[in-house]
Amino acid sequence: MDYVLIQVLNGVQLGLLMFLLAAGLTLTFGIMDLVNLAHGSLYMMGAYLAWTFITWTDSFVLGALLSLPATFALGVVVEAVVMRRLYARDHLDQVLATFGLILFFNELVRAIWGPAGKSIAVPAFLGQTVEILPGVPYPAYRFALIVAGGVVAILLAWLVTRTRMGMVIRAGASNRRMIAALGVDIELLFSLVFGLGAVFAGLAGVMAAPIASVKIGMGDDILILAFVIIVIGGIGSIKGAFVAAMMVGQIDIFGRTYLPDLLKTFLSPAAASGAAPALSQMMVYIVMAGVLVWRPTGLFGQRQ
Amino acid sequence: MIAPLIAAMRTPRGLVTVLLLAVLAALPLLTQAFDQRYLLSIGTRIVIWSIAAVSLNMILGYGGLVSFGHAAFFGIGGYAVGILSASGVQDGWVQWPVAIVAAAAWAALIGALSLRTRGVYFIMITLAFAQLVYYVSASLEVYGGDDGLNISRSRFSGLIDLRDKASFYWLCLVLLAATLWFCSRFAVSRFGFVLRGARSNDQRMTALGFPVFQYRLVALVISGAFGGLAGVLLANEGAYVSPAMMSWVKSGDLIVIVVLGGMGTLFGPLYGAIAFFALEESLKPLLDLLHKGWGEYWQIVFGPMLVLVALYAKGGIDSLLGRRRHG
Repeated sequence: MDYVLIQVLNGVQLGLLMFLLAAGLTLTFGIMDLVNLAHGSLYMMGAYLAWTFITWTDSFVLGALLSLPATFALGVVVEAVVMRRLYARDHLDQVLATFGLILFFNELVRAIWGPAGKSIAVPAFLGQTVEILPGVPYPAYRFALIVAGGVVAILLAWLVTRTRMGMVIRAGASNRRMIAALGVDIELLFSLVFGLGAVFAGLAGVMAAPIASVKIGMGDDILILAFVIIVIGGIGSIKGAFVAAMMVGQIDIFGRTYLPDLLKTFLSPAAASGAAPALSQMMVYIVMAGVLVWRPTGLFGQRQ
Repeated sequence: MIAPLIAAMRTPRGLVTVLLLAVLAALPLLTQAFDQRYLLSIGTRIVIWSIAAVSLNMILGYGGLVSFGHAAFFGIGGYAVGILSASGVQDGWVQWPVAIVAAAAWAALIGALSLRTRGVYFIMITLAFAQLVYYVSASLEVYGGDDGLNISRSRFSGLIDLRDKASFYWLCLVLLAATLWFCSRFAVSRFGFVLRGARSNDQRMTALGFPVFQYRLVALVISGAFGGLAGVLLANEGAYVSPAMMSWVKSGDLIVIVVLGGMGTLFGPLYGAIAFFALEESLKPLLDLLHKGWGEYWQIVFGPMLVLVALYAKGGIDSLLGRRRHG
């Protein structure tokens, strides 16, 4: 039972991390109608900037906090220089241009920080374990991730559903031209949303850094998972992104921890250990395929 | 034979095309004469990538479907050869059809699911399915896992020896010519016109009574089969298959090649492939000339170039040669 609880928590933690990444992505899709492949690059830049700031300040918290305005600024600059010209274009142009940006950022990181990965140590005050239940220890850093991720998710939900700015953002997601006609400064809104998405991506990068490694291309694999999440959840829907991220988090952890044992119940051990990794990687995609057959615009997407 | 050739050479497009094909046909002789063997292997890769790009162009250019998972067909074609070769089946007459059918079957499967969606969803789903194949290949420990698999080249006993670089190049070129011929027939056929009509306005085509879904699915299967063929050739070129040949970056590269050359044009993918590899091979020494060591970071220049192509050069190289013939 304790083991199950820990695995569920790991799934929640992964899901929250993925939600931070997917939230920005689904907003830029929904509001700007922009396919931004370079969202993963912002995740990577967030982690590398945090590494630099942490090395300078010698403090995890300070470095992480400094990296947030830096990724916001980076996001605003990228929006102003490239993205702004892409909103009116078709998706193919957007794919092509943001693919170019990925190559640029990956190579830039290699030129500045070198080809070897960096590691960010778990901050000392979170180095121990906490007892989530009497006698059930859980790594304090991962627990902090859940708390921080949860707080940010609630903050984001509050921002989008309860504030005036969130109202404008939601209105923009359902009808962009209408809110422009109603006098909302749409350019400012777009910059802001893109910057916001960049901060969340960067934050996810910083938070993941101590448990994963900071390396070139770290954003690319996770970006594809984030795409799967927003496709399952429905493009433009924050709620969908959250639900799908939680699902994907649990599925991923389940696949890794239980699938090998499950397969052994009806396959030979050798065949099971051979098939399990492949099958656990596939599970997320199988779920996505299933959701799309059932609902082609995702769980919470707008019907066509 | 000669008269239409001369007539074709009167237009800039015809002249470039004829010269290009002549250079491609004579490439092994040229590289031997100038003792630049390295160029022949680049040439082989250009020809193979051109086949894949032409196949992507069938659905991307003519069909308007942004498939971001085309490298999966590369991979499936390649791995079919690799797996058969590892299990002792060396005969190309078995390997190649199996590989092509496998790629086409995969296209039918993902097409049936992903063509239900459109726009951004379609892009993401094709990408996600290609990643699925990538992860599966990386987890095939028996066939090398992440490290890939060394294979021996397919055998066509008595007919051709693929180990001979010049013969292999010519074989690839003949297959490219066949692919281009097929694509030229495809583009002006009734089937092609339905596909192009659906690209402009699929609701109207549906209203006219065309089952657009089925047409697109068939187009995707054809495209996948040619993509598989390119994978077979790629595996034989290096005598090696690995998950890297179907990483999503390769799918991106293929889109870049098609757009760079000119979408929905017959020779565009070929121009695109030449330009792509020429850029890759020339940016490195150019940057190194500027400052020693910069060549390594050529993608810092190449990335922004793609952004510029996306923003300002939609017609691609083909549009530089005058009015488009198809599309």
